[in-house]
Amino acid sequence: MSAQAWLDVLIAVIGGAVRVGTPFLFVSLGECLTEKAGRINLGLEGVLVLSAMSGFGAAWLSDSVWIGVLCAGLAGAALALVHGVACSLPRVNDVAVGIGIMLLGTGLAFHLGKPLMEPQAPQIPSLALGGWSNSAAVQAALRINVLFPLGVALAALLQWGFANTRWGLLVRMVGDSADAARALGTSVNGVRIAATVAGGFIAGLGGASLSLYYPGSWNEGLSSGQGLIAVALVIFARWSPLRCLAAALLFGGAGAIGPALQSVGVGGAYYLFNALPYALTLLILVLSCSPTRSARGAPLELGVSR
Amino acid sequence: MPALALQTFRLSKHFGAFTALDQVSLDVRPGTVHALLGENGAGKSTLVKCVVGYYRADEGAVLIDGRETAIPSPTTARALGIGMVYQHFTVVPGMSVAENLLLARGRVPARIDWRAVRAELEAFMATTPFRLDLDARPLELASGEKQKLEILKQLLLRPRLLILDEPTSVLTPQEADEVLGALRERAHSGDCSVLMITHKFREVSAYADDVSVLRRGRLVCSGSVADSSPQLLAQAMMGEGRVAPVTVGRLQVAAPGAVRLQIEGLRVMGDRGEEAVRGLDLQVCSGEIVGVAGVSGNGQREFMQALVGQRPRLAGSVTLEGRPFHARRAENRSQRVRSLPEEPLLNGCVGELSVADNMALREFDQSPFAWAGWVRWRRLAARARAWIEEYGVKTQGEGAMIRTLSGGNVQRAVLARELSGEADLLLVSNPVFGLDFAAVAEIHGRLLAARDAGCSVLLVSEDLDELLELSDRIVVMSGGRIVFQTPARDARRHELGAWMGGRHETAAAPQERAA
Repeated sequence: MSAQAWLDVLIAVIGGAVRVGTPFLFVSLGECLTEKAGRINLGLEGVLVLSAMSGFGAAWLSDSVWIGVLCAGLAGAALALVHGVACSLPRVNDVAVGIGIMLLGTGLAFHLGKPLMEPQAPQIPSLALGGWSNSAAVQAALRINVLFPLGVALAALLQWGFANTRWGLLVRMVGDSADAARALGTSVNGVRIAATVAGGFIAGLGGASLSLYYPGSWNEGLSSGQGLIAVALVIFARWSPLRCLAAALLFGGAGAIGPALQSVGVGGAYYLFNALPYALTLLILVLSCSPTRSARGAPLELGVSR
Repeated sequence: MPALALQTFRLSKHFGAFTALDQVSLDVRPGTVHALLGENGAGKSTLVKCVVGYYRADEGAVLIDGRETAIPSPTTARALGIGMVYQHFTVVPGMSVAENLLLARGRVPARIDWRAVRAELEAFMATTPFRLDLDARPLELASGEKQKLEILKQLLLRPRLLILDEPTSVLTPQEADEVLGALRERAHSGDCSVLMITHKFREVSAYADDVSVLRRGRLVCSGSVADSSPQLLAQAMMGEGRVAPVTVGRLQVAAPGAVRLQIEGLRVMGDRGEEAVRGLDLQVCSGEIVGVAGVSGNGQREFMQALVGQRPRLAGSVTLEGRPFHARRAENRSQRVRSLPEEPLLNGCVGELSVADNMALREFDQSPFAWAGWVRWRRLAARARAWIEEYGVKTQGEGAMIRTLSGGNVQRAVLARELSGEADLLLVSNPVFGLDFAAVAEIHGRLLAARDAGCSVLLVSEDLDELLELSDRIVVMSGGRIVFQTPARDARRHELGAWMGGRHETAAAPQERAA
């Protein structure tokens, strides 16, 4: 294989990191926000699929991609609201509810999305950042979903907001010690529901990115567990939004290796390469856990950090 | 005058058939320090919780500045200028000291200007006798430092009445003097009134103006400290006709025996990635209580955790009777090592398990309580019942979840488990934190009895009085090392205090942590 081919693979992986990583980014930011408030939302897989379907349907019906994106967010928020409220009932386990929400969300999406397999919906526009190059491969790789810069800004905003705003402190306090929050007169369930709903909205944008940009259509195999991987990403990112961005890009890049190699004719282990992100999940989780370092930033109300 | 006058008028509170408060009429004069004494379960906490709106009294009234005032919630109490420092910690463990203080102050702006807030907090802290690192997290603070943070949180609100539930139980005498002195000064200058629950007569006579004693929900005596004496107060607390428990005399029966526990060059990592124990050498002989004194946060917690196996050791050797000791379960059993950890609910119990199960943790898989891999629950339950009886554990039964018990009763349950049979080495940390007068005497008595039976006791305590009372030898820990040791009978309080304060440190000694 020539040097040019290797370069093409590299460029394709970088482009893929952004393209495949965008949904990861939004879902992990949503999960990060939810977990900072002390709840785990495993239902984000359901949120992702339902919002992808809703976004696609709304964009098709209204012929406006932005109405589609908005509807995707709202659908995600609505499903997250169910999770948030259900978990606020006494003696309800958030992991169990999350699995229920995941199945409910995907089931609903498959049912309501039956008529959406055929049609074409307007697509989210892209930013062509590769204009400086006259290589078609570079131009294709650097054509970027406009939601991606939005996600980057959101990650920075969350990172800053957790440390420097009233809402950030409240969310972290509730996630760290429900007792202390109650002693200060803060409504623990109120803050948690709000964080869960906001997290659902953010994750819904990831769903829009799936159905309205890449792959850009609606079918039942759209998300292959990306909502669940996002949960692992958040742990790997140690509950830091900016590190969620890095983790999402890493996973996006890993996911793009298989197709990129195939495009230059290395297809022998295609399925093996497609399993790479999942193997990477395991590897990174093993490497990033340490018995001696205390998990700084881990919300103490979460079962995982106890 | 900003200080507030608090009165309760025939306050009563029932929990089911149990009367926690029975017509209590308390009078806290503005600008005074009022001490509230009583055994565990005498109703002190219930009384103050009624005042701060945590509970609603069934009968009676609360009068603020002479006017009857309804206090339906803690928020109302806060608005009235009543601040409360609880016995259990209410800090947010994973957030920095600065963030905790800001949250406690309330009025958190939508966007926080940290530079201004930090300057404000630094200035505020300069007006108090405490120094805390604004960037430290309570997770990494010792309990004494957490207690200071709790008090700082309340002082920040400029309360008109400050209620403290055993504020000094984790402070060194010097720290306690500082804290109580500062509080008294505030009270006498008319800034606020102080109502404090305590078990220490020394603090009552030194710092309180008035004192009230509760027993079984009733106010049995109340008046000026000048008119009372520790004897009278003790009598009021314990009730007529009941003699205060006799503490076993501090008679050293025989000279200590051979060295049993030998620690050489022990180094242990702290939570913040720096060494908390830096080359510690210590010997404990049989039949000897060695007391470890020190200001909290000088490595005592990490030291004990490393000894009982809760924390890995970086370097150094620990030998017991000449054999290396790693605190494994089998070693603990064969070498008869027992421990009374601090915060026993957290470090010595499984909160969700029953009292009986917790009492069985050491031996549930041993004969005669296990047979061919089966646990004999009935035997364990029967033994638990016997221990509950013997140690006076107040519980609804041996099947009750242990975390439903009060702190003192959890401590008793753990004590029953750890002191059963004969121990050769007892590792003890702050054994009487938050316990009442009678329970303290009882636990001290049991430690001394174990010592007299030949047991080696390593006692870490932040209460110098306790160390002076119990120990045969006192060592001072500072900066992760033993810096001083003395036979207890020769110990001078001020000398120990100077070593604890770290004033001795030579050039080679570890740098002090910047405030």
